[in-house]
Amino acid sequence: MTIINYDQRLVKTKNPDPKGPNDWKRFFSFNTDAKVIGIQYIVTALFFLLIGGLLGMLVRGELITPPSDLFDPTVYNGLYTMHGTIMLFLFLFPILSGLTNLLVPPMIGAPDMAFPKLNALAFWLVPIFSIILLLSFFVPGGPASSGWWSYPPISIQNPLGKMINGEMLWITAISLSGISSIMGAVNFVTTIIRMRAPGMGFFKMPIFIWTVLAAQMLQLLGLPALTGGAIMLFFDLTFGTSFFRIEGGGDPVLFQHFFWFYSHPAVYVMVLPVFGIFSELFPVYARKPLFGYKFVAIASFGITILSLIVWVHHMFYTGTPMWMRNLFMFTTMLIAVPTGVKVFAWIATLWGGNIRLSTPMLFCLGGLFNFIFGGITGVMLATVPVDIHVGNTYFVVAHFHYIIFNTIAFGIFAGIYHWFPKFTGKMFYEGLGKVHFILTFIGATLNWLPLHWAGLLGMPRRVASYDPEFAIWNVIASIGAFILGVASIPFILNMVSSWVRGKVAPPNPWNAIGLEWLLPSPPPHENFEEDIPTVLNEPYCYGLEKPFVEDEEFYINKSLKSH
Amino acid sequence: MITENKAITLNHNPGHIKHDGHNMTGFIIFLCSESIIFFAFFVGYGVLKITAPVWYPDGVSGIAVKEPLINTVILVSSSFVIYFAEKCLHKKNLWGFRGIWFLTMIMGSYFVYGQYVEWSELTFSLQSGVFGGMFYLLTGFHGLHVITGILLMGLMLYRSFIPNNYLKGEMGVESVSLFWHFVDVIWIILFGLIYLWQ
Repeated sequence: MTIINYDQRLVKTKNPDPKGPNDWKRFFSFNTDAKVIGIQYIVTALFFLLIGGLLGMLVRGELITPPSDLFDPTVYNGLYTMHGTIMLFLFLFPILSGLTNLLVPPMIGAPDMAFPKLNALAFWLVPIFSIILLLSFFVPGGPASSGWWSYPPISIQNPLGKMINGEMLWITAISLSGISSIMGAVNFVTTIIRMRAPGMGFFKMPIFIWTVLAAQMLQLLGLPALTGGAIMLFFDLTFGTSFFRIEGGGDPVLFQHFFWFYSHPAVYVMVLPVFGIFSELFPVYARKPLFGYKFVAIASFGITILSLIVWVHHMFYTGTPMWMRNLFMFTTMLIAVPTGVKVFAWIATLWGGNIRLSTPMLFCLGGLFNFIFGGITGVMLATVPVDIHVGNTYFVVAHFHYIIFNTIAFGIFAGIYHWFPKFTGKMFYEGLGKVHFILTFIGATLNWLPLHWAGLLGMPRRVASYDPEFAIWNVIASIGAFILGVASIPFILNMVSSWVRGKVAPPNPWNAIGLEWLLPSPPPHENFEEDIPTVLNEPYCYGLEKPFVEDEEFYINKSLKSH
Repeated sequence: MITENKAITLNHNPGHIKHDGHNMTGFIIFLCSESIIFFAFFVGYGVLKITAPVWYPDGVSGIAVKEPLINTVILVSSSFVIYFAEKCLHKKNLWGFRGIWFLTMIMGSYFVYGQYVEWSELTFSLQSGVFGGMFYLLTGFHGLHVITGILLMGLMLYRSFIPNNYLKGEMGVESVSLFWHFVDVIWIILFGLIYLWQ
């Protein structure tokens, strides 16, 4: 006997974007439709994946031989700094915003995001700060060269004494990226809290929505700390203050606290939606209900809360007192618990399932496999004695690439393939997708697995030349990097050609449960328009006799009819 | 019983959800996030104050409290004044709203003026050690928020002259008022940190 009053929802609102163009031109305009914005984000981000990947290959090209022969060491510093910055702020954050924009409104049965104009503004900041960041290649002194974490005192040296320098442009771009992310986060959280379909209580939301909510709340809590730190760094660099300047009485380690208070949770901002993608895809391709739905959902918030109190583990070797090291070692290891809950739930979902090894599932399985590996090295690194030995070596580089690329990017590729038919209305070519997966998996493994050994042997990161004893590991890694570069060719080919002339996709090609799969492909401008379904159960009841929404037949027929 | 029947018969629900209703939710979420920047600055201030070998720049032994205290009293009381303005609007007393709202703007402007006078009388600058930087950063960043608040109030005052603008709801006024309270609370913490903890 639930009494729900929907009267407030009866108020009519005008079409958010009546005058927007309806052809390909809309992707180049200030369009307020979340589905257009999502594709804008994803395409922009994939473009920067190519640029960041090119920089990464240049770095690997330099490291294929022990002496620094391809680039000057100063140029090399700029290369890896820009590689990291572009990959994080221009590829991963935008592409996840894009997937979130595409998926959140249809998955919760909302017509659009809560603030469509803010949404469009948040997207159009991306090209602006991308251009600012890329311009830094052309200023005297070159781009920022102090690593993506920009630690003072190196980052505030400004050797040429120019007002506009690479570091200054870097800080400006990062701050703008922060503003864009906050706009996005306000939008996502409001949309998820206020605009869910009737009947969709918190414990009936898809896990992807749970993880997006957790990740975006983390964004809201953590990102302002980095913005604060960046403002102070900017003042130190440009106006001669001494917040982080030792000679003026400042404290450089304080910046590390500001930086990692956000930048550690940032990893979870990126990985949580990918956990969501895993949780969505495993049930579909194993034809089984998600194991332990409630635990997986709550674990997302466990990760959110714990991730706010682990940041000092990045600073075990920068003069942190022993009690702090022990405390943060403990909290860091604790975060393996909610993460472990998820991993075991996925494995239990796969157990005995009727597994279909299509491209999205391959990427998911590869990502899960790599995540378990990267998680174990993560627990190793959380241990103070291990971390002090391998801190700032290639072991750390290998570990975080296993998380950032081999897990997060794999999950993103899985998501792109899985929802590609839904949002483009075309099927992708399965064969090319499999080639993409095999090349990516081989390339990624060759690239980062050997670097664990190089790191354990003591090869420091961020140097252009190294001892010849590490040569063999680096040669293998560089070959892997070039294979990864090649892997982008079948991907681009697949995406472009199948969007242009692929087979028309049915509304529900994977036989998946979920509100987005009750819509035609591609969904109409306002998703369910005048007929928003009432949700009865969580969308994972494969093989169970539990209906997903009221009057499911009606929606299936409606989506089929509009084809 | 009527609502209950409705819930059962409405298995297809109308699609157009009113967008405006979410503005307040969004704004509160934004303010929570914004407060973290201040929180970061405050923590930075505290850490530097405790650990810095030299705190005040040469020739400065402390900072005057009297004028800033007057400023504080004015800013804090403006938070009550804005509450009455909001109440007037709620009772559809438009001219009362405009008057009291404008009074809040004047009080806010006086605060900015007082801040300007204080800045111009100080003997240290942004570059004078950690304290100089922190002082100007915190008061300046807060001052920017005060100016933003005044500008937003001006916008709301202008919008009150559009006929029937506030008949449907006063979301803008409510958010600006909330923002003003936020600016106020931040100032109280800031005042305690900079002026009282010497």
